[in-house]
Amino acid sequence: MVVPNAEERGTDIRRCLRYREKILELSQSVGALHIAPAFSCLEMIDVVYNHVFDMSDESADRFILSKGHGAIALYTVLADLGVIAEDEYQDYCKPEGILGAHPDRGVPGIIASTGSLGHGLGLAVGVANAKKIMGLPGRVVVLVSDGELQEGSTWEGIMMAANLGLSNLTVLVDANDFGGMDRMSEHHRAFYPIDDKFSAFGWMVSVVDGHNHDSIKGQLIKTEPGKPSAIVCQTVKGRGVPYMENNPIWHYRSPNEEELAEALVALRGGSDA
Amino acid sequence: MRNAFAETVFELACSDDKIAAIVADISPAGAMNEFRSRFPSRFVNTGVAEQIMIGMAAGMAMEGMKPFAYTIATFALYRPFEFIRDDICYQQLPVTVVGMGAGLGYPTLGATHQAIEDVSVALSIAGLSVLAPCDPYETRELTKICASGSLGPTYMRIGKAGEPELSEKGSESDVVVGRFRRIRRGKDIAIVGYGPSVKVCLEVADALRDQASLTASVYSAHTINPIQESFLEELFGIYDRIVCVEEMIQHGGLADVLRRWRDRADKPVEIIAYGLRKEFLHVYGSQADLAEAHGLTSRRISADLLVTLS
Repeated sequence: MVVPNAEERGTDIRRCLRYREKILELSQSVGALHIAPAFSCLEMIDVVYNHVFDMSDESADRFILSKGHGAIALYTVLADLGVIAEDEYQDYCKPEGILGAHPDRGVPGIIASTGSLGHGLGLAVGVANAKKIMGLPGRVVVLVSDGELQEGSTWEGIMMAANLGLSNLTVLVDANDFGGMDRMSEHHRAFYPIDDKFSAFGWMVSVVDGHNHDSIKGQLIKTEPGKPSAIVCQTVKGRGVPYMENNPIWHYRSPNEEELAEALVALRGGSDA
Repeated sequence: MRNAFAETVFELACSDDKIAAIVADISPAGAMNEFRSRFPSRFVNTGVAEQIMIGMAAGMAMEGMKPFAYTIATFALYRPFEFIRDDICYQQLPVTVVGMGAGLGYPTLGATHQAIEDVSVALSIAGLSVLAPCDPYETRELTKICASGSLGPTYMRIGKAGEPELSEKGSESDVVVGRFRRIRRGKDIAIVGYGPSVKVCLEVADALRDQASLTASVYSAHTINPIQESFLEELFGIYDRIVCVEEMIQHGGLADVLRRWRDRADKPVEIIAYGLRKEFLHVYGSQADLAEAHGLTSRRISADLLVTLS
């Protein structure tokens, strides 16, 4: 394992600051952007693409954003890597563009159409199983929200992934503790702790700070023969903008001009950039 | 028909390593068992879990495989409906969902096991081909086409066991997706069915011949979607009356497809439709007993037609 040095850590943080600024700027030209749920999973997607995946044309690595409403975070990383063209990015949710609020198979870099929760993990199990059957290389990483772990279909997938021993599959859980309505640890107490549920099904499980690049990467590069792995990433919905953090209205709202200015100040002040 | 399906999938899998069978706790009798022992990695039983059956089949198709997802029709289509819609159809992946015992194929098990609205449900999804073979021969031919992957997302409803071959002397032999197969040739009227109702159609044709000296063509509508425009032009050009018999509710099925096309194409053809009642009947017995309870027997249909046509 290569531990990034301080300079690299700074680079990670600066890159994610830039991504957040870009998303906030884009929010001024469209009505709804799912900013807070994108900010909770941004470091996770950043690590997948900027640290773990092979990004060459021949890459066999596959990423599925099961929490489709985090799409803008994925588009921002893919645009930074040149997979999605910048003008397409700027046409987000516009009739002349190709990017919708949820990922759509066929868009550059997107292999699965998601948006309805509880679908991505099953798809990822299929992709990982096909790779195993055909002896194909590459990792399969699927990012799910903690809210979508309430879907029964997700548990069908968790059961099957373990039954099939899919060690090429990793689930990243964006544990921001919020569904659309409630703080889940208060209203769905029986659901916690999450990691025990995965362990009980025979998965390799870890719990990390979901905004710390080193922690996510440290776990993401580990695999165990015969076992799928789950990384429960503890995150903050709306991370980086204090008035958005843990406030359900920012699941969907875009900031006005004044709120945008406040958000940018908070973001820049909170970084070591 | 399930044996014809399983044998064909097994045979194809021997020469095509992209073919996989994903089943949800359905008894792996006959050739399905052989598939499982010969190709253990390409056979997955998800257990009583239909959403993952469809989801993982779609995921496997994303990597280039051509999976068949197979279980009892109600559980193959209704339970994972949104997974068929979003994972397979929205993303246009070559997965074939096979619903076994569709229609009244489970006559003693109650409505939970009776897929009496499956064709209507399947036709409502964009981009889903809907197939319904009438006998083991058509089941084999259509399974081969599905395995080629060329049809894209497909729902195929099949029966269970013991269905007779319905081809007669003079039946068309080619099974072409998008066209109905003419099982019997007549000149006065066309009778169209699919799946188990084709046998009923042949009996109705016998009755019309014996009791009214009318000769009827009988077609197996093994493809309900998509139907070739040129075939419909041909069909509506030959006959003034088309009788449609479906072991499916009379709502959103083949008769509605034909009526809509006729109205759009402005053809002066009368369509006379028979199907199941849109009701949950708490009746148990043989498949014929349930068809009787729904009023879908050759005796009742021919009696009604003899009055209508006179």
